[in-house]
Amino acid sequence: MATLKDLSRQQELFSGGHRLCAGCGIPPIVRLVLRAANGPVVATTATGCLEVGTTIYPYTAWRVPWIHSAFENAAATISGAESAYKALRKRGALPGGDREIKFVAFGGDGGTYDIGLQALSGALERGHNFLYICYDNGAYMNTGIQRSSATPFYSSTTTSPAGQVIPGKKQWRKDLTRIVVAHDIPYAAQTSPHNWSDLSKKAEKALKIQGPTFMNVMSPCPLGWYTKSEDSIKLAKLSVDTCYWPLYEVENGVLKINYKPREKKPLVEWLKPQGRFKHLFKPENAGLLEEFQDRVDAEWQRLLDLEGKRL
Amino acid sequence: MAITATKGQTGLTGNSAVAYAMKQVNPDVCAAYPITPSTQIVEDFSGYVADGEVTTELITVESEHSAMSACIGAAAAGARVMTATSSQGLALMWEMLYIASGMRLPIVLANVNRALSAPINIHCDHSDSMGARDSGWVQLYSETVQEAYDNVFMALRIAEHKDVLLPAMVCLDGFITSHAIENISLLDDQEVRQFIGSYSAKASLLDIEGAPTFGAMTLPDTYIEFKRQQSEAMTRAKDAAIEVMKDFGKRFGREYGLFETYRLEDAEAAIVVLNSAAGTTKVAVDALRKEGKKVGLLRPRLFRPFPWQEIAEALKGAKAVAVLDRADSMNAFGGPVFSEVRSALYDLDSRPRVMNRIYGLGGRDYKVKDAVEVFNEALKAAETGRVDTLVKYITL
Repeated sequence: MATLKDLSRQQELFSGGHRLCAGCGIPPIVRLVLRAANGPVVATTATGCLEVGTTIYPYTAWRVPWIHSAFENAAATISGAESAYKALRKRGALPGGDREIKFVAFGGDGGTYDIGLQALSGALERGHNFLYICYDNGAYMNTGIQRSSATPFYSSTTTSPAGQVIPGKKQWRKDLTRIVVAHDIPYAAQTSPHNWSDLSKKAEKALKIQGPTFMNVMSPCPLGWYTKSEDSIKLAKLSVDTCYWPLYEVENGVLKINYKPREKKPLVEWLKPQGRFKHLFKPENAGLLEEFQDRVDAEWQRLLDLEGKRL
Repeated sequence: MAITATKGQTGLTGNSAVAYAMKQVNPDVCAAYPITPSTQIVEDFSGYVADGEVTTELITVESEHSAMSACIGAAAAGARVMTATSSQGLALMWEMLYIASGMRLPIVLANVNRALSAPINIHCDHSDSMGARDSGWVQLYSETVQEAYDNVFMALRIAEHKDVLLPAMVCLDGFITSHAIENISLLDDQEVRQFIGSYSAKASLLDIEGAPTFGAMTLPDTYIEFKRQQSEAMTRAKDAAIEVMKDFGKRFGREYGLFETYRLEDAEAAIVVLNSAAGTTKVAVDALRKEGKKVGLLRPRLFRPFPWQEIAEALKGAKAVAVLDRADSMNAFGGPVFSEVRSALYDLDSRPRVMNRIYGLGGRDYKVKDAVEVFNEALKAAETGRVDTLVKYITL
């Protein structure tokens, strides 16, 4: 794997000057993934923060070929591009001559867990050679922090506001990584940008594999989490150290946990600094915090039980 | 069953003929999802792929939305791309139809016309393609199996024309044309190859060094300029269509124009109708002509762009025009073909009376007697200079 020194010498494929927020988790994810391709790579992005923030005509932050077509179809769009690559390669008509080209699709949790789930499932099932990256910031941040099926338990969003009678989002987060794993693809993983080495390793591995691969990446969002920009990476780390967002991978069906915190931190350490969970710290909501912690514990235990097993 | 005939007269259904045309084009990528009544196109084509008769990458997507999305990804990568659908499938593609045309990707789609739900109905009307008439796609309509087959090649040439670069849709009537076997004349593969030529996209996602950005976001300072360029391309598509149709006629002896006229020159009353109903209408024209009644037909072939000046010129001699729509705009003001034709006639010094008849929705038969009744109404309007009922459902 490339060292930090190696990475610093590589050409930046995702340029600065884009309009994503300070403290946004997306840019480090994209930079590390594109670098991990270590060669020709074509990218697509679902409608969302990443698309809107990087390609305001006539500017583009992408130094790789890039396409955005719509919200729910990043996986379908990339499957078309990847198929065109195969067809043009077959008849010797690739613009730069015969060579390996990698394909990466990026989508937020809205574009992946929700509206894009069907297209993702279809592309995984068909076995296209591509890597899908979901940057999961836990809500429809681009349109103003509306709940998605990835939104954490009891999080307050603009469509699941913490009100007088309803304490934020009442449903548990959809476990997308598990759904993806059920497609029996060669590689799926969860990672987080605070751990550049874990993220890079996984992206390099995924991009070397022939066939569909998937990474679900924690992506802090100061705007939607009501947190300080400078705390994003710290909060990404806390999501992992509290075991809310475990780092694990499923390679050829076998589950491996990549990081087990020496001391599992209480969930409140991750929740407390975030404005979206502020209401949970009112005395009358102590039971909700307990319920949240119990569920995180149960999910972590489930993962521990599955370790080393073929799913 | 996919056919293997190479040249000459063959009995084929509309679907098989379109699939065979696609085989002869041998597109780089086909992304498709089956839907009645166009399913057989995708089935036949899958057979060609399975037997190695084409080198196409076939993407058997999980929905029509993904079909058009994959077509867009492939076309942006520089591939020649084709697909087929009908009805709800086209409706599900709707969002992506606009993106295909806005990104100026010359994708070719065969749409086998079928009614839209609700109530659900698998039979022919034009609600599907008419619903997509403002999506920025060139639309060619086909009366017969032969014409549907020929239109596939012409649509491809128009779409890829350097002055156009817009996606194109070939429309044929569900079941009536898609499932009816006609004796048609096939081109040989060499003729097809020479007619369509090779395709080289202006920009490609696979151009790593050029690193193009497709589908950037535009703000109010640039969006309208992109749309104006697209609109101008659609305007140019008419001349491109004329050029392509002329070339087709010269090479293969089958003459096509922007529209077809039948005994229209001295007609006092005319029917304007798309696709297979024109055949039925021609029989009525002949019968009425025998009785000495001056009636004729105009059948638009190119509906997008709409050749309004040429159509107005062709209809200006008529005293009354009955426009038949196999779709309703649900605007309490008639169907889409009616609105276009009536508007086209507005600038004439002496305008024919115009009426609209909505017919054949959801596959209801349109018979010779229906055409005769419409002609008689139109002849009456021609005589009196008055239209009693502007818009009316017939074939009820």
